[in-house]
This record gives sequence, C-alpha cells and structure tokens, in this order.
Amino acid sequence: MKTLAATFERFGGVMLLPAILALIAFLAIGRPSTWVTLTVAGLAMGMMIFLMASGLSLIFGLMDVLNFGHSAFVSFGAFIAASALSFLGVWVSGGNALLNILALMAAIAAATAFGALAGWAFEHVIVKPVYKDHLRQILITMGALIVADEIILMVWGGSPVPVPRPAVLTGSIVIGDVSIEVYRIFAFLLGLAVYVAMHLALNRTRIGLLIRAGVENREMVEALGFRIDRLFIAVFMAGSALAAMGGAMWAGYQSLITPAIGAEMMILVFIVVIIGGLGSVEGSLLGALLVGLLANYVAFLFPKMSLASNMILMMAILLWRPYGLKPAVKG
Amino acid sequence: MTSVTATLPLAARHRAGRFLVYAIVLAIGAALAFAPFLFPDVRAQEVAARICVFVVLVASYDLLIGYTGIVSFAHTMFFGLGAYGAAIALKTMGPGFDAILLGGALGVVAAVLLAVLIGLLSLRVKAIFFAMVTLAAASVMMVLASQLSDFTGGEDGMTFSVPRLFSPAQPLVTGDDGKALRLFGTALNGRVAHYYFVFLSSFVLFLVMLRIVASPLGTVLEAIRENEMRAEAIGYRVVAYRTAIFCIAAIIAAFAGILRAVWLKYTGPDVVLSFDIMLDILLMVVIGGMGTLYGAVIGVAVMTLAQYYLKDVMAAGASLAADVPLLPGLLNPDRWLLWLGVVFILLVYFFPAGIAGTLMGKGGHK
Repeated sequence: MKTLAATFERFGGVMLLPAILALIAFLAIGRPSTWVTLTVAGLAMGMMIFLMASGLSLIFGLMDVLNFGHSAFVSFGAFIAASALSFLGVWVSGGNALLNILALMAAIAAATAFGALAGWAFEHVIVKPVYKDHLRQILITMGALIVADEIILMVWGGSPVPVPRPAVLTGSIVIGDVSIEVYRIFAFLLGLAVYVAMHLALNRTRIGLLIRAGVENREMVEALGFRIDRLFIAVFMAGSALAAMGGAMWAGYQSLITPAIGAEMMILVFIVVIIGGLGSVEGSLLGALLVGLLANYVAFLFPKMSLASNMILMMAILLWRPYGLKPAVKG
Repeated sequence: MTSVTATLPLAARHRAGRFLVYAIVLAIGAALAFAPFLFPDVRAQEVAARICVFVVLVASYDLLIGYTGIVSFAHTMFFGLGAYGAAIALKTMGPGFDAILLGGALGVVAAVLLAVLIGLLSLRVKAIFFAMVTLAAASVMMVLASQLSDFTGGEDGMTFSVPRLFSPAQPLVTGDDGKALRLFGTALNGRVAHYYFVFLSSFVLFLVMLRIVASPLGTVLEAIRENEMRAEAIGYRVVAYRTAIFCIAAIIAAFAGILRAVWLKYTGPDVVLSFDIMLDILLMVVIGGMGTLYGAVIGVAVMTLAQYYLKDVMAAGASLAADVPLLPGLLNPDRWLLWLGVVFILLVYFFPAGIAGTLMGKGGHK
C-alpha cells in the first residue's frame, strides 16, 4: 500500500487524477469516438471554469478574502461580451475569418477590461472596509451580489439574450468518425494560454514571487517593507478580469444566456476551489479539469446525476484531503 | 430624541434601548396573536402567517450565525426537507394529522441526518470553507427537488389538502343560526384554527429556542464564537458543539418547513428551497440583529412588511416620476431587491449589530 502511494506520488500525485478519471470513463463508455468528443468537451468546460475559479482562489490565498460576489463578474462578462458581439454584427456573421477573430477578441477584451475596472471599484468600495472579518465579508459581498444581479436585470432584462458566435468558430472538425466543435478547441487553447501566462508570471517574475510569498506568509512580506495591499488590488483586478473573461467564453459556448448564468457557474466554481485547495492556481486547474470531465462523462452515462456527481466528488475529496488537493494556504 | 438619549449615561441608554426592543417585540407578538381579529382580510392573514413561520426560521438561523458564528447557506435545504416531507405525506396519505406527523417526522429525520453528515465532514475547517460547502449542498438539493419530479412535482411543486379542521367551511363554534359564531366581526371557522395552528406552533418553537440560548449550551456556543481556541483549550469539544447546534437549527428549520407547507397547502422549489429564500433569511437576520433572538422577530417583521407593501409604494413612486429619465427604472417595483441590497450593505458597514443589537448596545462581531 505504501509503495503504491509512493509510486502514485512519483508519477505526479494528484495531478494524475484527471487522467485516471478519463481512463475509467473510457472503459465505462466503450466507444472511442464518443469518449473523445466528451473528453474534449470536458477539457474545454474545465478550462472555462478554471478562468473563473483561479482568480477567486488567488484572492482568497493572498488576503484571506472570500468574495461571494465573484459570480457577478462572470455574469457581467457574459452580458458585455454578448452585447459587444451583437454590436459588431456584420464582423461576427460575415465570412471573413480575420474580422471574426477581431470581433471575438474585441468582445473578450471588453469583458475583461470591464472586469478589471469593476474589480478595482469593488475592492475599494465593498471589500476594503471589511478585511480580516470573515462574517462581514461573506455578508457584504453577498449584498453586493444582489445589487449586481439587479443591475444586470435592469440593463439587459430578464429574458434570455442570444449570443452570436463568430462564423469561423462555428461547426466542427471531423477526424475519422470523431467530430470536435471548433469553439471547444478555442476555449481549451485560450484557457491553456492563460494558465501558462499565470504560471510564468507567478514563478518567473518579481511580482509573482511577492504574490507567492504573500500567500504563504502575509505578515512577513509586509514586515519586509512591501505594500501588500497594493499588490492585493492588482490581484483582485486580475482575478475579476479573469472571471469576466471566463463569463464571456461561457456565453459564447452557451449561445443563449440568462441573468442566472453567474449563479449557475458559481456553484461549480466553488466546488472547483474547494477541490483544488484555496489559494493555489495549479489546484484550481486540477479541480476545474476534474469537474469539467466528470460533468460531461456523467451527463452522458447517467444524465440525471450531472450536478450531484460534482457534489459527491467534492465530498469524497474532502474526506480524503480536508484542505483540498493542492492547498497553498493551510486552513 | 437623540439629543436626550445622548446625554444619558451609556448603561442607562442601553437599558432604555433594551426596554424599547422588548416593547417592539411584545407589540409584534400581540399583533400576531390577535391577527385574525385585528386584520381580517386574506392578504394580512397571509403576511401574519409568513411572519410567524419566518420568525422561527430566522431565529434558528440566528442560532448558527449570531450565537455560534457559523455561516451556513443550507438553511433552506432543511426548511425544504420539512416542507416536502409534510407535503408528500399529505399528498399520498390524504389530509389528516397522522400524515402531517409522519411526513414531518420523516422530513426532520432526513434533515438531522444530512446536518450530521455535513457538520462532521466540514465543520472542523474554516468558516469560509463551510459556507462554500453548504452553498453547494443547498444548490444540489434544489436541483434534486426539481429533477425528481415523480416525488416532488418538479418545478411546479405540489398542491395538497390539509385536515378538514383547517377548512374555511368548517365552523369551530356554531352560533344560533347554524353558522360559525362571529367574534369581533371575524367568523370562528377553520381559517382561524389554521392560523392558530401555525401561530402556536411557531410560538412554542420560539420559546424552545429562547430556552436553548439561556442554557449552558448557549453560553458555550457564544464562547466558541468569541474565541474558538480558548473554548477548545478550556476543554469544550468545539466540533461536537458546532455539529450539535447545526443539527438543532436544522431540526427547527424543518419544523418551520412543515408549518409553511401546512399553511400554504402548496410546496415547491420557489417557496421553500430557492436561493431567494436564503437571501431573505440572511437579510432578516442582519437587519434585525445577529446574536439576539428578539432581533430575528424585528427583522422578519420589517422585511416581510417591506416585501408585501414596499412594492406598492415603489409602483406609486415610479408612476409619479414617469417623466424623469432613469428614475422610473430604479423605482420599478421589480427592482425593490436592488434597494434592499444597498440597504443591506450599508447596514453591514455601519450597524453590524442590526436594529435590536444597536438599540441594546451590543457591539458588532469582531
């Protein structure tokens, strides 16, 4: 048993879990083409959730602030991207691939920029007065979530909003008898790019070093003379921007969005953050991939169990590792 | 008023504040106790019954958030278990008190089991972690309720009938003319019995909770809230106490769910499980004041009255301001939650102790 555990750790430890899950699913599903389609869908979904979850996790890790209003950024990102895409009309629907990409980039950029700005305002108005007070943090960010949801309802109304998808990203690629939606590949690649960028920024730059040090021991970094509150504002803005970007991507994936989008995603995001361990980017990626893959496999194998399966996954992982798979802060 | 109270010494001011709180709570209690005679119209009855049930629900939530410092988002889950237990039993066994008893008991047992499971699994970790776990659990319960539609009626919920004693056609005391006797202009029929069933049950549950917080258990809970490490060091097993109060709160919430189902003769995700209900509970407990059960009474009364009557005021305001740009949109009756959210944020900033807590001079939680 011990040697088994040691071997498991040597080959990557918990990072192997998504691969193991995919393998089990392969045996359970039995048809390679279906399995490939589901796996790609799961990876794409996982990457989009990762965008939303990583910021939340990092914000918590650095400043011990849990933002229950994080889903507001997801909703705003989704709706702003939808509005931007409808505004750019011909660019989106036309056959010109370059214009398509430009329009999509513009929409995602608009959502991300809004996320960063709103994050700055949110941090100043809502979060700053209640540092180090968990109960009031939860309450006040909850209140902010109510207000944000109402503003979305006021601006965009309660009925579903269609999201036009750029022509170049519609349709699917067929390899043999496997068909893969282009948008899923795009979502996966974007998520991967963001992860690599975050990884490099955290591990190769001076600011990243400070952030990691801050997550590990905030007081020590402050004592050494660094203004960790400024750093925190930057992280908060980046996290909110990522949430908005994830929302924008998710909007394009769903192609019809309602104001409930934030609340729906929030549950998954929480589960991901809990599974991954608070404060860790790798943990968020791991959790997001697990949740995305499991959601898609289970939706195919036992359609009724879809959301409950993630809950069961969370329970199981909490029993095994009470602080998540790869925690950066000890609870 | 403020200038007078400001000159008083602090202790006297707090005594006066406490007296004021008791007076308000007594007035609310009296209004509820005689509601069928004071406010005979149907809508007011509805409001009164809702206040009764929510006082129990919010007070039980206050046991968690105010007394012990546990933030849970799963309270509607337990509320829903009680409501669905009673509803399913009344639907399958037909209207009768045995159905209410059996279904209610099953709902309460389910609530306790779930509470023990969640509590032991996750109450040993950080408060914030627990909040996230309960939020996820509650949303799964909501999805289950709408997916298991054979049992629960799905999104539409289920309607059922209640024992005949509660029907408006059932006279309690028959007068000379063979109809229900009238007292202060209100016919003593089943509707009155129905209301008093809800009121008296809520009253008893509220008294039970008052007893709990006055007991040694309540003191230990407050100690845990104030300083967990010290409580543990003195020798109290924090996880056990937390799990215990989480179960007690779950039981009481399930009872409140039974009352809600029996009063409405309907149970569905929107009235017992939805996240909006959870938000209502949260707003009520914060507005009233965390850490005092009397605060729960005040918070529920204020919020419920606002919910039922503020919309009318806002509609009137919107039609008055129809020519001003933007203002009608802000005053749209559907946007009342926006204003409530703003008020909520301001309250958490400036009066974290809520109405009752501020009046009684209790500080906010650290």
